[in-house]
Amino acid sequence: MARKELTTTSRDNPGLKAWFGQGTPWVWLSGGAVSISMVMVIGLILLIAVRGLAHFWPAAVVEFDYVAVPGDDPVRVIGEVNRSETMTAQAMREAGFAVPDDQALVSRHLIKQGNRDVTGRDFIWYLEDGMSEWRYPADVVQIERLQWGDFFGFVRSYLIDGIAVAQGPQARAMFEEKLRETGALVEQIGRIERFDIGNVNFRMERLRLRQRGLELTVDLDPSTRAQIEAELEAEQTLLEDEYEVLEAQRQALRDEVGRFAITVETMEGRMVTIGLADIVHAWWPNDMSVPAKLSHYVGEFWKFVSGFPREANTEGGILPAIFGTVLMVLIMSVVVTPFGVLAAIYLREYAKQGPLVRTIRISVNNLAGVPSIVFGVFGLGFFVYFLGGTIDQTFYAEALPSPTFGSPAIIWASLTLALLTLPVVIVSTEEGLARIPSAIREGSLALGATKAETLWRTVVPLAAPGMMTGLILAVARAAGEVAPLMLVGVVKLAPSLPVDGNPPFLHLDRAFMHLGFHIFDVGFQSPNVEAGRPLVYATALILVLIIIVLNLTAITIRNHLREKYKSESD
Amino acid sequence: MNDTARSEARSSGGSDRGFLPDGEARRKLRRWRGVKDHFARYSVGTFGVGVIIALALIFIYLFSEVLPMLRPAGIDVASSYAAPGGIDTDTRYVAVNRHRDLAVRYTTDRRAVFFLPETGAVTHEVDLPLPADADVSAFTFAEPRTELVAYGLDDGRALVVQHRYNERFSETGRQYRPDVVFPVMDGSDPLTVIDTVGRRIKAIGLQRGSGGVSIAAALEDGDMRLVRFEERTSFMTGEVTVRRVVHELPPLPQSALATRILLDITGAHMLVGDDRGFLHYYDIRRPERATLVHSKRVVRGGGAEVTALDYLLGTVSIVVGGSDGSVSQYMLVRDDDNINQITFVRDFTSHGAAVTQVMPEYIRKGFATADAAGLVQIHYSTSARTLAREQVGDRPLAVIGFGARANALIAVDDRERFYHLDVRNPHPEVSIRALWGRVWYEGRSQPEFVWQSSSATDEFEGKFSLMPLTLGTLKAAFYAMLFAMPLAIAGAIYSAYFMSPKMRGLVKPSIEVMEALPTVILGFLAGLWLAPFVEGHLPSVFSLLLLMPLFMLITAFVWTTVLAPFVRQFVPPGWESAVLIPVVLFTGWFCVSLSPYIELWFFNGDMRQWLTDVGITYDQRNALVVGVAMGFAVIPTIYSITEDAVFNVPKHLTQGSLALGATPWQTVTKVVLLTASPGIFSAVMIGFGRAVGETMIVLMATGNSPVMNFNIFEGMRTLSANIAVEMPEAAVGGTHYRILFLAALVLFVLTFVLNTAAELVRDRLRKRYSSL
Repeated sequence: MARKELTTTSRDNPGLKAWFGQGTPWVWLSGGAVSISMVMVIGLILLIAVRGLAHFWPAAVVEFDYVAVPGDDPVRVIGEVNRSETMTAQAMREAGFAVPDDQALVSRHLIKQGNRDVTGRDFIWYLEDGMSEWRYPADVVQIERLQWGDFFGFVRSYLIDGIAVAQGPQARAMFEEKLRETGALVEQIGRIERFDIGNVNFRMERLRLRQRGLELTVDLDPSTRAQIEAELEAEQTLLEDEYEVLEAQRQALRDEVGRFAITVETMEGRMVTIGLADIVHAWWPNDMSVPAKLSHYVGEFWKFVSGFPREANTEGGILPAIFGTVLMVLIMSVVVTPFGVLAAIYLREYAKQGPLVRTIRISVNNLAGVPSIVFGVFGLGFFVYFLGGTIDQTFYAEALPSPTFGSPAIIWASLTLALLTLPVVIVSTEEGLARIPSAIREGSLALGATKAETLWRTVVPLAAPGMMTGLILAVARAAGEVAPLMLVGVVKLAPSLPVDGNPPFLHLDRAFMHLGFHIFDVGFQSPNVEAGRPLVYATALILVLIIIVLNLTAITIRNHLREKYKSESD
Repeated sequence: MNDTARSEARSSGGSDRGFLPDGEARRKLRRWRGVKDHFARYSVGTFGVGVIIALALIFIYLFSEVLPMLRPAGIDVASSYAAPGGIDTDTRYVAVNRHRDLAVRYTTDRRAVFFLPETGAVTHEVDLPLPADADVSAFTFAEPRTELVAYGLDDGRALVVQHRYNERFSETGRQYRPDVVFPVMDGSDPLTVIDTVGRRIKAIGLQRGSGGVSIAAALEDGDMRLVRFEERTSFMTGEVTVRRVVHELPPLPQSALATRILLDITGAHMLVGDDRGFLHYYDIRRPERATLVHSKRVVRGGGAEVTALDYLLGTVSIVVGGSDGSVSQYMLVRDDDNINQITFVRDFTSHGAAVTQVMPEYIRKGFATADAAGLVQIHYSTSARTLAREQVGDRPLAVIGFGARANALIAVDDRERFYHLDVRNPHPEVSIRALWGRVWYEGRSQPEFVWQSSSATDEFEGKFSLMPLTLGTLKAAFYAMLFAMPLAIAGAIYSAYFMSPKMRGLVKPSIEVMEALPTVILGFLAGLWLAPFVEGHLPSVFSLLLLMPLFMLITAFVWTTVLAPFVRQFVPPGWESAVLIPVVLFTGWFCVSLSPYIELWFFNGDMRQWLTDVGITYDQRNALVVGVAMGFAVIPTIYSITEDAVFNVPKHLTQGSLALGATPWQTVTKVVLLTASPGIFSAVMIGFGRAVGETMIVLMATGNSPVMNFNIFEGMRTLSANIAVEMPEAAVGGTHYRILFLAALVLFVLTFVLNTAAELVRDRLRKRYSSL
C-alpha cells in the first residue's frame, strides 16, 4: 500500500514543501536508519575479519632513511608498516614531532620495527615528510622468537658452537636448513616441559596430598601407617627418578639446540647473536613468492589456533582459550538441557495453570534480562565461596588452606552460566510445548496412554525443535559471556588444560582460559597493547566464528527436526 | 500420528502370541505403567520446582548477603567483676587484645595489670618505674593501636609506656608473656624530663608518628612544652638514633587551663581542649616557631565544658564530648586562605549526662563514648550513626577501653567495678546517608559523593557512596539509548511497514547476528579502535551527525523527483535502504577525510586541545564511545521488539487510514505508532534494562573513574563494571563485599522491575490487538 503512494508522488514532481508534506523524506530517513545499522554490522564484522586475517600475512618489510628534525643525519629504519593516518600538524606538534610551521597536515606511519630487546620500543610512529623513498631489500629477515617478539635484520653469519662457519648468503641457506631441524627439537622440548614434566609434577602433588591426608588421619594403627608411608615413599622415589630422566632428556636436547646460532645485523648496524633455540620461525618476507606466502599464512594461522600462548599472551596461540570456551559451553549444555526442559515441562504440563504459574512464567522470562554480572556475583558467593568451601572442608581437608573447589573453577563457571541460560531454555521449550495442538495430546490420552506416555512419546519429541532453539540461544549467549566468568573461573593464563592424561582426566576444579576474557586481557591488561592488538582481532574473529558455527550447526539440527516432525504431525 | 500411536500401543502391549495378553499380564503392565506415570509426575514436579527454587535462590542469596548490613549493632554486658589488681586505686586506661583473651589496666598507683577480660583474673603484673616521691598528675594515651600511654608527674617528668601482649603459638594454643617497654629513654632512665624547673604537669599529650614519638605538656602555670624524639635511621649502618628536642609553645589565651592535649601522627597539628569549652589549634609543623592559629568553642551548651576529647583513627577527626552530654565531630579544614580551621562536621546522639570518655576504635573510624550516668554508646563517624547504646550499671563510668577488633569493650565505673561488654558491630560504615547522601569525608573541604573502596594505608576511610556509580550507570545507559533509540525505532518502523519482504529477509538475519555478537568484542573494538579513532577525528563525529541526514534527504529528493521515472523498474520501492547504503558509506568517508580540514578551519588544528582550552575535560575513553558501542548492543533488542509491535498492528486500521486518504507517513505517525506505542515503550524499557546491566563494554570503553557528571567527553564507572573490577579483591564477608552484593541486588531488582513492567505492557498490548 505504501509503495503506490510513493511512486505517484514522485511522478507529479512536486515542490520541496509538498515533498515534505507527503512524508517521503521521513520514510527515507527511517530507511536510512536501517542502512546505518546494516553498514555498522557488516562493517564491524569486516573490520574484525580483515584485521584478524591480515595479521598472518607476511607483509613486506620496508627500509627507508628517516630525518626526524631537518638538518639531522638520516637514520635507517627497517620494519613493517602497521598503519598510516593523516593528522593535523598542530596535533603532531603537541605530540612532540618537529613539524614546520607552515605545514597544515601531516601523514604518519606506524612502523613495527621489532627488536624490542635492542631498542626498547617495537612500534614507532614516523612522519612521512622525513622519510626517503621506501626500499624493499630482499635479504631482510623477520624472525619470530620465543622471547622479545619479532626481530628484523640481515643474516650475516652462521655459528656452530660459537664459531662462524658461513657468511652472507651461504649462512642464510645453512641457517634455513638447520632451523627446520632445531624447530622440531624445540617443539620436543616444549612437549617434554608441558606434558611430561607437568604430568610428573601433578602426580607428585597428588602424592604430597596423600601424605598430608595420612598425617591428618588420627585413628590408624602404627603398622598400617608405616606400611602406607613406605609405599608413598617408594612411589615418590619412582617419580623423582622419572623426573630425573625427563630432565636429563630435556637438557640433552637443549644442549644440542644450543650449539647453533646466527648473527644478525640490525637497522642500526649492530650485530646481534641469536641462538636457534630461541627462534620459532624465520622468513624473508620480501623474497617470497605468492605460494610461499600462502603456505606461510596457513602455517601461521594453524600455529595460532593450535598453539599455546607466550609472552603474557601477546604472542603464540590460543588453543587453551578455545579449548576452555568449548569445554565450558559443553558442560553448561549438559547441565542446562535436562533441568531447563524438565522445568518447562513441569510448568506447561503438570503445574496447575493459574496466577501463580503465570507469575512464575513472567519472572523466569525476566530473569533472562537480568545483567549477567549479577549471576557472576551469585556464582562467586554461592558456588565458589559457599559450595566450594564446603566441599573443600569435607573432602579435600588435606589440601587446605589452599583451595581445591573453593576457588574459581570451570565447574562453577559452567554452573553459573547454566543458571544464566536456564530462562532461555525454559522459555523456548515452553513455547515449543505450547505450539503442539491439543488434539495430539487428547488423541494419545484417548487411546489409553498415560500422561507420562503421552508426554514422552508424543509431546516431547514434537517439542524438540523448541528445545533445540533454546539450547542454541543458550550456547550462543554462554560462549560470548565474559563478565560473570571473570568472577567465577576464568584466568589470564591457566598452567594446564582442564582435560589431560591424569585421572580423573576431566579436572573440574581447574580454572580455565576463555576466548572472550583473552580478548579483554590482551587488549586491555597486557604490557604491550600494540603488539597484542592483531592477536586480539584474530581472537575476536575466532570467537565470532565459533559462535556462528555453533549457531549454524544447531540451526541445521533444528530445521532438520522441524522437517521431520512436521511430516509426522501433519 | 495415528500410526505411531498404534505401534506404540502394540509394542507396549508387548505380545505377539495373541491380540491381547492374558489378564494377569495386563494387570501387571497397567500397574507398572501407573508406577511410571506417577514416577514421571513426581520427578518432573521435583525437578521443575527445584529449578524454580534455584532461580529464586539467586534473589534470596543476594539478599541474605546484604542482610547482615541491615542488622543493628548491639552491646551486651558479658561479665562484671571488681577491678583486677585491687579497687583501692584508680584505673587510668584499659585495653583488650585482638583475640579478646588478654587485657591490660593502668592504675594511678603505677602498675600495669594484665588480666583475663572474661573473668578479671590477674595473669601478670608490672610495677612501673615511677619515683615514689612524685605524684601522678596527668595521664594520656596515644592512638590505641600504638599501645602507648604516658604518665605525667608533678615534678615535671613523664614516663612513656608501651604494653606488649607477646603472643606465641604452641601445642596447647595461644600463649602470652606480656610485658611493658619504654620506647623513649633519657639516657638509661625511662623517665624523661619535660620541665627542667620541675613544675607540675597539668595535662599531657602523646603520639607516635612516622618521625618518632612526641610528648606535649601543659605545666601548672600555663606554659606549654613540646618534646620530640626524632628518630633518624643512619644510611650507613641502619642504626636508629633518637634525638630529643624540647620546644616551648605559646600558652593558651586568657590563662585557660588545658584539660586534654592531642597530637596528630603527621607531627603538624596539636589540639588542646580547655576548661571553658574551647578547642585550641596549634600549628607545630615547625615546632620552634609554633603558633596558636585558632580557637573555637566546641561545646554549644551555655556554661558547658569539654569533658572528653580524642582523635579518631588516623588523627584527622576530633570527637568532643561535653559536660552537657553532647558528642560532636570536628575536623581541621582549610579555609579560602589555606589556613586550617577547626570545623564542625556532625553531631551524634547525645548522652543524658556529661561524657566522661571518648575511645576510638583500633582499625576503623568508629568510637565509643561513656557518660556519668553509666551509659555506653558506640558511634561511627563516616556514616554519622550512633549504632548502639547500653546502660552499664548505675554508677558513673570513668574509663572505657576497646578490644583491638572492636568486638569487646571494658567499662570501669567510679567504684572500680569492671564490666566486660560484647560488641556486635560488623558493618557500621553503612547507612542510607553514607550510601546515597553527601558525606563529609576526612580531608575534604565539604560533603561530597565519593566512591573509593580501598587504599594503601591503614587509616583510610572507606568511601562507599553509590551515587557516582548509579549516576555513571544512568549516564552510560542514557548515551547508549540516545544513540540506539532513533536508529532502532526508525529502522523497525521502516522494516515493518515500508520495506520489501525480500530485503526484510536480508535485514532481519543481520540484526540477529548483531544481537549474537559478544559484548566483549564490541567493548574491545570500542576501546581499542573506536576510542582512538574518535579522538583523532573528533570533528567527523559532529559533521556526521549533521551531514548524514542531510545527504540522505538530498539523495531522497533527487531519487524521488528527478531519477524516479528512469530507475523505478530497476529498484522498486521498499528498497530505499539499499539505495542509501552507498550514501552512508560515502558520507562516512567524506566526514572522516574532511575532519582534519575542519580542525584546521575552526579549532586551531586540534579539536581535542581546543576542547581542553575551553574548559571541557576530554578522556579518550568517554561516554560518547560507550554510547555508540552500547547503543550498538541494544539496537537489536529494541529493534526486534518494536518491529514486532509495529508489524502486528491490525491491517484493517492501516488500510482504513489509507483509504481515508492519509499518506503512508501520516498513517504511520497517526495510526501505527499510536497503536504500537506501548510495544515501543516496552522495547525501550527492555533496551534500557540491558544497557544498565551491560558490563564488558563499559569496563573496556571507559576509564572507569567514578565521576559525578554527564559530560559526554568524560568516562564513568557503572555499578556493573565496579562489581567486575572490585569483587574478586573484596574480603569475603566484609562491608565492601556486602556493598558490592547490594549493588548487584540493586541491578537485579532494577532490571527485573523494568522487564516485568515492559512484559505487562506488552501483554496488555497483545490483548488489545486481539480485541481490535
